[in-house]
Amino acid sequence: MSDIHFSKEELERYSRHLIIPEFNIEGQRKLKAAKVLIVGTGGLGAPLLSYLVAAGVGTVGIVDFDVVDDSNLQRQILFTVDDVGRPKVEAAAERLRRQNPHVQIITYNTQLTSDNALDIIKDYDVVADGTDNFPTRYLVNDACVLLNKVNVYASIFRFEGQLSVFNYTDKEGKVSPNYRDLFPEPPPPGLVPSCAEGGVIGVLPGILGSLQANEVIKVISGVGEPLAGKLFLFDALTFETRTLKIYRDPANPLNGEHPTQTALIDYEMFCGIPGSEDEKQQVKELSVQDLYALIENKKDFQLIDVREPYEYEIANLGGELIPLNQIEEAVDKIASNKQVVVHCRSGVRSGKAIEKLEKKYGFTNLYNLKGGILAWADEIDHSVPKY
Amino acid sequence: MKLNILMFGITKDIIGQSKLAFELPDRSTVPDLIASLKAKYPALKDLSSMMIAVNNEYGQKDQTLQESDEVALIPPVSGG
Repeated sequence: MSDIHFSKEELERYSRHLIIPEFNIEGQRKLKAAKVLIVGTGGLGAPLLSYLVAAGVGTVGIVDFDVVDDSNLQRQILFTVDDVGRPKVEAAAERLRRQNPHVQIITYNTQLTSDNALDIIKDYDVVADGTDNFPTRYLVNDACVLLNKVNVYASIFRFEGQLSVFNYTDKEGKVSPNYRDLFPEPPPPGLVPSCAEGGVIGVLPGILGSLQANEVIKVISGVGEPLAGKLFLFDALTFETRTLKIYRDPANPLNGEHPTQTALIDYEMFCGIPGSEDEKQQVKELSVQDLYALIENKKDFQLIDVREPYEYEIANLGGELIPLNQIEEAVDKIASNKQVVVHCRSGVRSGKAIEKLEKKYGFTNLYNLKGGILAWADEIDHSVPKY
Repeated sequence: MKLNILMFGITKDIIGQSKLAFELPDRSTVPDLIASLKAKYPALKDLSSMMIAVNNEYGQKDQTLQESDEVALIPPVSGG
């Protein structure tokens, strides 16, 4: 570490670290020597990147394939309205370089996949997972275990957050549990909503991402005790926090007693996400253009909206409101003698409603509005707000 | 015996509340509890992966439960 030197500007910049007795210049040297990869530049990525770059981590890699969207600005505080439409890694890197020119920022404007993950991750010391979907979470986890990298994990949903330090080797050489020890299998697709589907309170990723950044700094500097072998749970609604002890699972396919997985796999398939359209086509569908034609031609049909009343208030197409969880009680309100178009926000819930109505009540006249009210706003009526 | 069940993530939606007092015969195990919950709340059957923590510890999957144990149902969440 003695070959790591600081300029006068750097010493002044990091002075608040240097005067902490247990951190001091040794901790700062370790930060400067470290390479950290942040996967996902979203709600968690914003505080993670901001604090790690401010703190003086020597090299920070950023992976994301997305562009900045208006709906990101409620929580992704790295971005401004001027960044909307720009690649996230580009907008983030520009801001971060201004924040701390002493840090080397490396961008990967690409989706992390089984083909590139090992190649990208191998050059880093620590990975922080701020992704927003199950396939990538399993991918990051597995790649870190295979490459023996620490994975500082956080994940959020509505008002709840989870945090842990996976695959950390302590001073006795004991390796901490990883994601597969907690959740050997992913939930079936569509059951656990993402932030885009289920919502998230904007400050929550700020809290969890900051805690995640703190764990990254502890792992690198060796100061304090990282959250290894523990899972931290936070409920922002009730301010309840819990720290659970977690253990390795002997059946873990990566590093259990009898490992069976020695390479990355197809994570989309593992998470049951259909690769092609035809696997999804279980219910009949109707495009927004077809719905527009039905309305224009004054056809006799019924339009049912299975969203919640608070969503109806944001935007609606004038359909009959029957929330998904009340659909069975309202089954007599659904016509069986004419075409019925069912819609929701994006088409997922209305698909579920139709599946249930077809299986349990024998309906054959139900059509799912493809893409839901979002597609209507995109393709038919731009005055309808997208949410 | 009476158990205190805590719901996290999507299990809150499935069970419709965040805390639940649940009655089970004495010497029931974690798998017994899960089977009873799944019988009462069939939508839980779809959750293939769920952490069950007893008194803030996640360990043996077939653990025997005691009166007033606190059992947390923790499904994965994916948001970032």
